[in-house]
Amino acid sequence: MPMSAEDLIEECRELVEDPEFSAVRDWLDHHPGAKVLGHFQVYFPEEIAHAAGMLPVKLAGAGSALQIRQADARIAAFVCSIVRSALEAALSGHLDFLSVFVTHPICDAARHACGVWARNFPELSAQILYLPQNAGSSHALDYLRAEYARVARVIEQATGAQVTDEALRASIAVFNENRRLLRELYALKREAPWLVSAVEAYVLTRAAGLMPRERHNELLRAVIPALRARDARPQDKLRVVFEGGFCEQPPLDMLAVIQEICYVVDDDLMIGLRWLTDDVPQDGEDPLRDLARAYLQTSSHSPVQRDPRRPKEERLLARIRDANAEAAIVAAAKMCEPGLEEQVAYGQALDDAGIPHLVMEFEEKTRVFEQTRMEVETFAESLLLDLV
Amino acid sequence: MTVEEKQPPAPRSELIGATRRESRRLMEGWWQRLSDAAADGRPAANVFVMGSAAEILHAFDIVTCFPEITALQTAIRGSSMDYLLAAEDHGYSPDICGYVKVDVGLHLKERRHPMGTLPKPSMVVATNMCNTYVKWAEIWERRYRCPVVVLDLPGWRGSGFEAGRDGFEADRRYVEGQLRELIGVCETITGRRLDIDRLRESMLAVNRLSELYRDVLAENRHRPAPFNAMLDGVNYMGIANIHRGTEEGVRFMQVALDELRERVALGIGALADERFRLLFVGTTCYTHFVRFLELFKEWGGVFVLSEYMTFAGGGIDKGIFYDTDRPLESLAEQLLLSSQRSMSGVFYSQDWHDQVVRDYQLDGICFHGVKSCRTISTGLPDLREWHMRRGDIPGLFVQSDLVDTRLWSEAQMKNRVDAFFEALQSRRLMRER
Repeated sequence: MPMSAEDLIEECRELVEDPEFSAVRDWLDHHPGAKVLGHFQVYFPEEIAHAAGMLPVKLAGAGSALQIRQADARIAAFVCSIVRSALEAALSGHLDFLSVFVTHPICDAARHACGVWARNFPELSAQILYLPQNAGSSHALDYLRAEYARVARVIEQATGAQVTDEALRASIAVFNENRRLLRELYALKREAPWLVSAVEAYVLTRAAGLMPRERHNELLRAVIPALRARDARPQDKLRVVFEGGFCEQPPLDMLAVIQEICYVVDDDLMIGLRWLTDDVPQDGEDPLRDLARAYLQTSSHSPVQRDPRRPKEERLLARIRDANAEAAIVAAAKMCEPGLEEQVAYGQALDDAGIPHLVMEFEEKTRVFEQTRMEVETFAESLLLDLV
Repeated sequence: MTVEEKQPPAPRSELIGATRRESRRLMEGWWQRLSDAAADGRPAANVFVMGSAAEILHAFDIVTCFPEITALQTAIRGSSMDYLLAAEDHGYSPDICGYVKVDVGLHLKERRHPMGTLPKPSMVVATNMCNTYVKWAEIWERRYRCPVVVLDLPGWRGSGFEAGRDGFEADRRYVEGQLRELIGVCETITGRRLDIDRLRESMLAVNRLSELYRDVLAENRHRPAPFNAMLDGVNYMGIANIHRGTEEGVRFMQVALDELRERVALGIGALADERFRLLFVGTTCYTHFVRFLELFKEWGGVFVLSEYMTFAGGGIDKGIFYDTDRPLESLAEQLLLSSQRSMSGVFYSQDWHDQVVRDYQLDGICFHGVKSCRTISTGLPDLREWHMRRGDIPGLFVQSDLVDTRLWSEAQMKNRVDAFFEALQSRRLMRER
């Protein structure tokens, strides 16, 4: 008997809240000798690992599932929670299946994480993928293609398998399908947010990084029509865009509080899994170059990727406009330097555009949300009164 | 009483004290140029200590302004909080870099600084050596609509990475391409073509500066160490940054080296009674610059070397060897090498620590984390753990901030420093037995 949408969503939620990565362990049980690559936020070209037969797994922090015991002795106090909880997961053995760990120069804490991981796990290949910060340079594409080739060599060393062009094209096809399905899910959020809640869309998206992508494609193919067929009616709720979930993730219960009050019609939660906004050519002569081009030319935005051709404030305004949203929640994780700095710029741009917005901070391990509820309720009520 | 006042009476030599006099003169000259540029609108670039591209900017006579240096100078003069709080009132979080906030405050207050006036930036060069550089540059970009060139220097890549190998040529081509784009921006701003001979002169000056800087660092292998790496060393580094690629910079470093050699010959140490030789890892606390050093001096502790003098010195500590026969290619190559060996090498610097502990006969390491600088501070507790476990090198980990006085706790700092020295003393006694 096919599983219902609710069952599939529950399966995803369990994975998201599971610090043991049980789907990854299941996959390893069924693929003896296979390897797992863990990639830290925000974006990693998973196709390269997939083409070598690896399972790419998104490391997005442990939320409140783990108590930080060992990581505090290794990371300075004023660093965000996600860097700390990802390390705690590794130190406490929850990531003992990893063969390769990749982080990115998204922020200084994430770059440092590579050194900390390399020292503490000498058997692991701890890597920094240097995604270009000068995306506007005419030399960025050649550079990124070469950097992807370097990462492919690291993966080949770890797996003993070759990353061939043919395998890459096949992997691109799998991930194109996944991105297409995620775009469909998000289109549903924008068009009919009463059919899929913020938490549901979130766990469905995040599960992509926690299971084989082929399985996730099957899951989305089943769940999206079921969501569309739901018998639900629109309510009189404020339509908001949530911005600030590009790296550390807000707790599920915080999203639940927000969705009780507003329709979250678009967001940047787990944006790395939706980073490429269009299909990557599946029959190109040089698939690594195609992936690099997609990163530079058809991609989303976040505070940790600079692209002077496409200012972030304009992209946020476009996201709000495209989602037909009335307001924005501009959030940032505690101690997140780039997120907190961007809040000021976003706030200014939204003011200039006359778009109401609520500025807030969060931390992945927070468990009490009364303050959040009060802030969002006050914000939404004041706007609904204005709208009336 | 300050550290400076407690210096032993120096034998008569005109070399003693020459470095500080020269440093003061050069710093005043720099501020005069900044203020002049603010008044007459000549092209000025905001740049950073880790990768300023000064060689190119000097070739265009573009005035270089270092906001990290101007921010720390407000802290030394006790006024950083005025600016920092102005930025917080403007919406910036208490949890972001204090340098950024001091600088935002300066710009909100018409760029008036206790030492002069900052020019409006005509352009910005920001490397990726610190991610906050990029965010900081975007603040000016929005405020002044000035061009921002992010000079992307792909750095240390992780396990098994060796600088100069592992795809180095692809990295180098990328950097060279960006340097050519930077030159284009400079040409647009100044209305002049690049004078390649001026660039070569600047590069040759950096070669000499780097050689002298390395000699300066090596002088502290002597006992007693002739300079304190977190007092005099900060001065050397500041001038090396401001005058990178100029003859004045070379002359200054020669003066510093001559004085240090004289001090060694005369047996004058940074401290009259040097008992513990330490490596400093991290960045210092400029709001309590002298007081911080006093806490160590009281125990006879001197910072013989600091990692600060490596990464924040623009990477010249590992040597710069420009080949002016192929200027742009070589500039790209050496900038990359210094970024991989020195500036981004801080993420995995335990082997370098081991090396210098041996070379400089050090007794321990002080790790100082600051909230303002996650680039340097994030993994410091782990590095301390590593050395304690693997190398039996005693380590002290303390935290405060560069410019935010709210993060300085005198009692806590003193307790920890005292406890560290008590442990070092006991360890020494045990070994002597």
